[in-house]
Amino acid sequence: MPWDKKDLLGLEYLTAEEIVTILDTARAFSEISTRTIKKVPALRGKTVVNLFYEPSTRTRASFELAEMRLSADIINFNVSVSSVSKGETLLDTVRNLCAYKVDVIVIRHAMSGAPMYLARKVDCSVVNAGDGTHEHPTQALLDIYTLREKLGELRGRHVVIVGDVAHSRVARSNIWGLTKLGARVTLVGPPTLIPREIEQLGVQVTSDLDEALRDADAVNMLRIQREREKQVLFPSLREYAKLFGLGQERLKRHSRSLIVMHPGPINRGVELSGSVADGPNSVILEQVTNGLAVRMAVLFLVTGGTTLHPEHLTS
Amino acid sequence: MMRRIADAVAFNRMLDSLAVKIDEQCPKGGGTAIVGIQRRGVHLAERLAVRLESLRGVPLLRGDLDITFYRDDLSMVAQQPVVHGSHLPFALDDKTIVLVDDVIYTGRTARAALDALTDYGRPRAVRLCALVDRGWRELPIQPDFTGIVVPTRAKDVVHVRVRELDGEDAIDIAEGEEEV
Repeated sequence: MPWDKKDLLGLEYLTAEEIVTILDTARAFSEISTRTIKKVPALRGKTVVNLFYEPSTRTRASFELAEMRLSADIINFNVSVSSVSKGETLLDTVRNLCAYKVDVIVIRHAMSGAPMYLARKVDCSVVNAGDGTHEHPTQALLDIYTLREKLGELRGRHVVIVGDVAHSRVARSNIWGLTKLGARVTLVGPPTLIPREIEQLGVQVTSDLDEALRDADAVNMLRIQREREKQVLFPSLREYAKLFGLGQERLKRHSRSLIVMHPGPINRGVELSGSVADGPNSVILEQVTNGLAVRMAVLFLVTGGTTLHPEHLTS
Repeated sequence: MMRRIADAVAFNRMLDSLAVKIDEQCPKGGGTAIVGIQRRGVHLAERLAVRLESLRGVPLLRGDLDITFYRDDLSMVAQQPVVHGSHLPFALDDKTIVLVDDVIYTGRTARAALDALTDYGRPRAVRLCALVDRGWRELPIQPDFTGIVVPTRAKDVVHVRVRELDGEDAIDIAEGEEEV
């Protein structure tokens, strides 16, 4: 199915066919990174701005490398030393950048909905690199890409997402994407970290990890943000690790082919034991490699798109 | 109006004679590789390779090339074309590469393919094979091997149909007024 959207805002706003289009395009891009000359001229003459209002090393490095391998010109907008600290609004910052005739803005922002707001206001493409607790679509796309590489079609497959779902945009994007492709999703975590009524998105919820893993094809271990420990959402990291962490002993109780994913960075000994993170079930480094191909595909597709998301989705 | 230029018999006879010409003019042994341009060129290359292998009695190097990322009109098309991917499972250096496409028209696909090949290595020589040459070149690029030369008007659309994708081998021309 052809792609016509100018933005990538979230998986909530895409059809299953559009998600598959991105994943299929990503497969073609994955080959480029295996060549001696790891570069194609697909975005030659296009300018991409990486506008990160939250600290990010991995996502930003992945986007930057994707842009370079597509031959785009890049501006990295370092927000902490920019005029934001002088009181400029998001829209003013972006309008200033647009005055340079940029083609794509890759934005990460602490406020949920910031990319949607921008997409409506500017002509260039907007790619959401994570907004608040809302969505992180390229992370979910690379997770789903990795799963499809391992499992084929995801219809009827069972994916378990473990951890701080309440604060996780990765979880939310995964839920939208996986359910649209027909996978069964179970969320596991302490009740304080699972949003109320999330079952309405078509997922199951439990606090028993072993029960959820019984017939699981894959498990995605979300990162526990250590600063949350101070907010008394769970008693201690040690107890969290015991109930919701994945170590060798727990892994042995379940399917030998269970796929173990983590969006990184890992807290070794909390979400995953070192031996599981580095073990044969782990696809964590493949996720990183696939992220590059997925981001290349997204940048390539949105630069050819012209259509806005329907007004009710972006307003 | 749709006009048939070649049926399955004529189509396969063209492939036979293209294979003979390629065999005569390209190095024997492991020195020649057949590379099809996505999408129909891939299937034509496959057919030519089978013929060449039976002429030469040895396996031939084969690959597929997707030139989407190298097109010069990406900023002019309404939406990005579907990408099928490249697959070149051998080193290009010092090989004679025969690029295979279904139709040569403006020459821009061949130009993009040359750019793409350069990113993989440095072939000894690159030859161009087109089943149909319909004229209207916009670049100084000519095929080395041609199945058939068909005079067309700019508005005509040439359809090469292949068994693998379209259920039959044929060449049709949809004439301009009734644009497909």
